[in-house]
Amino acid sequence: MCGIVGLHLRSPELHPHLGELLTGMLCEMEDRGADSAGIAVYGNQAWSPAGMASISLIDADAAAEEVAATLSTATGVPVTGTQVGNTLLLSGDLESSALLAAVKAAYPDVLIGGFGEDLAVLKGVGSPKALAAAWGLEAAGGWQGVGHTRMATESAVTAAGAHPYAVGPGECLVHNGSFANHASIRRDLREAGVAFDSENDTEVGARFVAHELAGGKGVDEALTDLTRTFDGFYTLLVSNRDSFAVVRDAIACKPAVIAETDDWVAMASEYRALAHLPGIERARIWEPEPEVIYHWSRTAPTAAGKQEVVA
Amino acid sequence: MTTTYDLGTTSLRETNQALHAADVEGEHEITNLAGSHNVAVGLAAPIKVTIHGHVGYFAAGMNQQAEVTIRGNAGQGVAENMMSGTVRVTGNASQSAGATGRGGLLVIDGDAGARCGISMKGIDIVVGGSIGHMSAFMAQRGRLVVRGDAGDALGDSIYEARIYLRGTPKSLGADCVEKQMREEHLTELAGLLKAAGYEGDDPTTYKRFGSARTLYHFTHDNEY
Repeated sequence: MCGIVGLHLRSPELHPHLGELLTGMLCEMEDRGADSAGIAVYGNQAWSPAGMASISLIDADAAAEEVAATLSTATGVPVTGTQVGNTLLLSGDLESSALLAAVKAAYPDVLIGGFGEDLAVLKGVGSPKALAAAWGLEAAGGWQGVGHTRMATESAVTAAGAHPYAVGPGECLVHNGSFANHASIRRDLREAGVAFDSENDTEVGARFVAHELAGGKGVDEALTDLTRTFDGFYTLLVSNRDSFAVVRDAIACKPAVIAETDDWVAMASEYRALAHLPGIERARIWEPEPEVIYHWSRTAPTAAGKQEVVA
Repeated sequence: MTTTYDLGTTSLRETNQALHAADVEGEHEITNLAGSHNVAVGLAAPIKVTIHGHVGYFAAGMNQQAEVTIRGNAGQGVAENMMSGTVRVTGNASQSAGATGRGGLLVIDGDAGARCGISMKGIDIVVGGSIGHMSAFMAQRGRLVVRGDAGDALGDSIYEARIYLRGTPKSLGADCVEKQMREEHLTELAGLLKAAGYEGDDPTTYKRFGSARTLYHFTHDNEY
């Protein structure tokens, strides 16, 4: 199974409540997957201070102060580190690519949960409720968050196998389903120079999207290419610091429901994860159609995009 | 007398068990749904149940005799495998509405998602809006009436169910064809529309679809 939740807040008044709302959504989806879970939060000052580059290290076997000191020395810029549950969050006033390179050089074996500006990714093995509590998710603020509850079907139950996959700058992807042809796409991407952290099928989807975006394509174009390249079952929620997009495969048997009000856009595997959102009784609620890309942008908040893939 | 079950204070299991009691009768209301799954499943008595709010999966599944109204949207598999009785959804329904149903009437006032009436075996389904892709897939018996449009692959590999569609199918599935609307079909459709509360519709504005019966027997020319 697996559960997906996502919340894109339009109303700044709700920003302080992002973590609280996301916790409710994530924990409601525990029935769909309780072996591991993860979240991506955009705009929580305590985890990813504005104007700084941030990076998340999962289950890093080193003290926060020690890692921060090592990276400060390596980059020549003060880097601060905060341990949040099993995740070490680092940030500093430099380019996120420079911070990423410094982490990879100093800690080549560490699992990087995500990186970029305004983004913190926390994931691990355990029940969603226990993880959310350990992270103190309820207290987090921000403008956008996504979450995933995993019931592993095709690769090991490890932190590296947990979603989100946040492999491009500020990008994040969560998946319910399974890709059938991930091995051949992974091989093609490896030939193009893309490195992988796991044998997980979803990682291939995330690497594919990141590769497309890095090549200059937009979110709609990258997701259209994904529908043409990947075979299998999927409901995907793909985000970056400014956008929030949903796409499903042609069969569309993996569930998804979207709700939208003037104050927020939310997506979840099941309606019950949305049932407690403020103003849900006035929300427009619908199921995303197969192979249609639904895309909202923070920079154009009223333009609810819907782009149909031309097969 | 009406009995009310508040799912905020009464568990779903207690609620369903009360509705399964051997001596159950009368009218029942269920509130505070918050998208719960399996609400009012397995009813087997001529009772009236009104559900106030959006429900999750399999609501009113396996119904026999009961008249169930869902005032809201329904998740996947609403009224799946219904045997008899009536289920009405005043909002939209997700995928596989009325799946494998053997009897009774399912009315969805809004839209239904993918695979509406998949493998239906005698149920009647009337949809006020449109239906999604692969609806009536392998439908064996019963009638599916749609006041709006249908998605891709309508009636794929259909057996003997009859589809009445007022709008347009995006595409027809394997072995599904448009058929002539004869007098008996106009009469049948008028009866179904009336039963669902849509008697204002003119049956002659609908088209009939069903099986071309070319998949019934193996031939080397079957190509799908």
